[in-house]
Amino acid sequence: MAMGPFRNVSRRRFTALGSALLAGALAWGSLAPVASAADPLKVGFVYVGPVGDFGWSHQHDEGRKALEAAFGDKVKTAYVEDVPEGADAERVINQFAQQGFDLVFTTSFGFMNPTLKVAKRYPNIKFEHATGYKRADNVATYAARFYEGRAIIGTMAGMMTKSNVLGYIASVPIPEVVQGINAFTLAARKVNPKVQVKVVWVNSWYDPGKEREAAEALIAQGADVLSQHTDSPAPVQAAEEKGIYAFGQASDMAKFGPHAQLTSIVDNWGDYYIARVKAAMDGSWKAIDTWDGLKQGMVHMAPYGAAVPDAVKAKADEVKAGIIAGTLHPFTGPIKNQAGELVVKDGETIPDGQLLTMNWFVEGVQGQLPK
Amino acid sequence: MAFKLEARGASSRRWVYGAPVLAVLLTLVFGGILFALLGFEPLAALYTFFISPLNSAYGVAELLVKAAPLALCAVGLALGFRGNVWNIGAEGQLTMGAVTGGGVALALGDSGAGWWVLPLVMMAGMAGGMLWGMIPAWLKTRFHASEILVSLMLTYVADLFLSMMVHGPWRDPDGYGFPQSPMFGDAATLPILWAGTRLHLGVLLALLAVAVGWFVIARTFIGFQIKVMGLTPVAGGYAGFSHKRIIWMSFLLSGALAGLAGVCEVAGPIGQLQPVISPGYGFTAIIVAFLGRLHPVGILLASLLMALSYLGGEAVQISMRLPLAVTGVFQGMLLFFLLACDVLIRYRLRWLSSVREAG
Repeated sequence: MAMGPFRNVSRRRFTALGSALLAGALAWGSLAPVASAADPLKVGFVYVGPVGDFGWSHQHDEGRKALEAAFGDKVKTAYVEDVPEGADAERVINQFAQQGFDLVFTTSFGFMNPTLKVAKRYPNIKFEHATGYKRADNVATYAARFYEGRAIIGTMAGMMTKSNVLGYIASVPIPEVVQGINAFTLAARKVNPKVQVKVVWVNSWYDPGKEREAAEALIAQGADVLSQHTDSPAPVQAAEEKGIYAFGQASDMAKFGPHAQLTSIVDNWGDYYIARVKAAMDGSWKAIDTWDGLKQGMVHMAPYGAAVPDAVKAKADEVKAGIIAGTLHPFTGPIKNQAGELVVKDGETIPDGQLLTMNWFVEGVQGQLPK
Repeated sequence: MAFKLEARGASSRRWVYGAPVLAVLLTLVFGGILFALLGFEPLAALYTFFISPLNSAYGVAELLVKAAPLALCAVGLALGFRGNVWNIGAEGQLTMGAVTGGGVALALGDSGAGWWVLPLVMMAGMAGGMLWGMIPAWLKTRFHASEILVSLMLTYVADLFLSMMVHGPWRDPDGYGFPQSPMFGDAATLPILWAGTRLHLGVLLALLAVAVGWFVIARTFIGFQIKVMGLTPVAGGYAGFSHKRIIWMSFLLSGALAGLAGVCEVAGPIGQLQPVISPGYGFTAIIVAFLGRLHPVGILLASLLMALSYLGGEAVQISMRLPLAVTGVFQGMLLFFLLACDVLIRYRLRWLSSVREAG
């Protein structure tokens, strides 16, 4: 497969999160002599789930709100939620274009081809597609390195499990999810080689009923720490009821499991959206690809739960600091596959191109990839 | 203002047609009140919801594109419903139609092949839906298994089968491991009828299905048999009509039409196979069938109205920032008022004061 310029990852540096950037953006907004002062930049968002899912779409909507907070009346935003990944997506994206929106974020993988089709029809409108791999002159792509967060929670799970069985509620078998399972397992086994990770696929990103069933099945099989790559808080709630531990997903789910949640991998799109809108306003917007992580703040961790001992906190902080500093990569060898064969030698790291097509499990994962 | 409901001797022909119109009017009135309560100018909001989606050629084409699969599925279902054959699994038959038609499209679509590929793709889709409809028909006629449960459960089997194919053998080798097939070749893609829009040949096929559906119901012996068996199975039995035959015909026809809807989606606006094809067209079609009084022309209108409610829901989200739930509330109100207005077909309102005067 020709990898070519795939994932030409931009590494914008946000000097600081939150206030500093926000202040900067505001300062820029007030100084820049732009015609758009009277004419707000119209920014549209297409969500695959309901904004009330407390997961993926909810976090994108938090990003949209951050955009409004940062730019005030210099932007006008709107969204359409719960858009099916089928024939409907193109119509919704087209409606944004037709209504004169300047920049449209389409936030699910299944919107990739519809986004490109509409972008072709409207060459003067800018589009950004999350988690895809096809770009055009007016279509940028962006995604987050969630596997970095998985390495932190894997470390914590490995130290805190008593049964040495970890449960993993997986959504759909795409490379991003496989990366997460592998990063989690590698990190857990680094601190506790006896750990086994049991995976249950629910074949959905958001299905509270199925997620709960999967959680209960894993608990019945002896799992005492749950991790999830699905968007509802149902698994955290199940863990809370059974008195075991869990990690939240996408947003801080502590309110659904105040005792159960050890931490949560939080998606933070706000800074990215602010930067991209700023670029669209000052004319520096380009159809680049972005794959940012903990370092840039696109992925960050919720506060530790009360149950997390200091030793575990210290180790988790160490992993986090290592990833941010670039001294630790979750996919550095030695790595063995499920058959026990050494696939990544000691000291070598899996390159981004291979991570993005990852379709095999590391040693310690129990379960098969649906073929 | 007391009133009572008085049974009519026969159902009123006027209200058979009047009730849906009244229901739509009531929905508009109460929708306007809803918008006013939410703090929006009611007429402007109703305009945004019902008219603005249609004020461009693209919008009109989108309405037809959205209504086509609903009409295709609903016409088929209505045939069965008239004969008390309850196919609840059009969604699964639609999915299987997409799988079989899509499979043919993937196998032949990009070989620079001729005109015959597309008809083959369409027929494969219809055959797939038909095949999926045959399972509940066979289990019903052979073992008296409930066709409602069997056809419903087969929907999930079809979804999983599609998922298996796009995660496995049909996964795009250049797709970075994502569960999608390659895009179909031009020879296997439905032609666009109206440049600059997504209006595809499938929309014409849906219109054709409506016409054929009307013909079958109104002018053929099988249509008559279905109707008799639905109204009075005993009489049908005396006349020598076969109940089994009705079940088979209903499932084969509705399966084929649902399969056609599925293959038109993948060979039309989607252009590839992916884990989810339909946002529930097969289930929404059940509502559309009843909304349209199980009559093909009614179904055509009902599918347009239902499609408009989706487009309008998106329009108010984009330009007025109203939540998606508004779409659901509108659809709910429409169904509620429709059922309520149906009372007027068999009953008439009598104001009690006028009764007293008359007495």
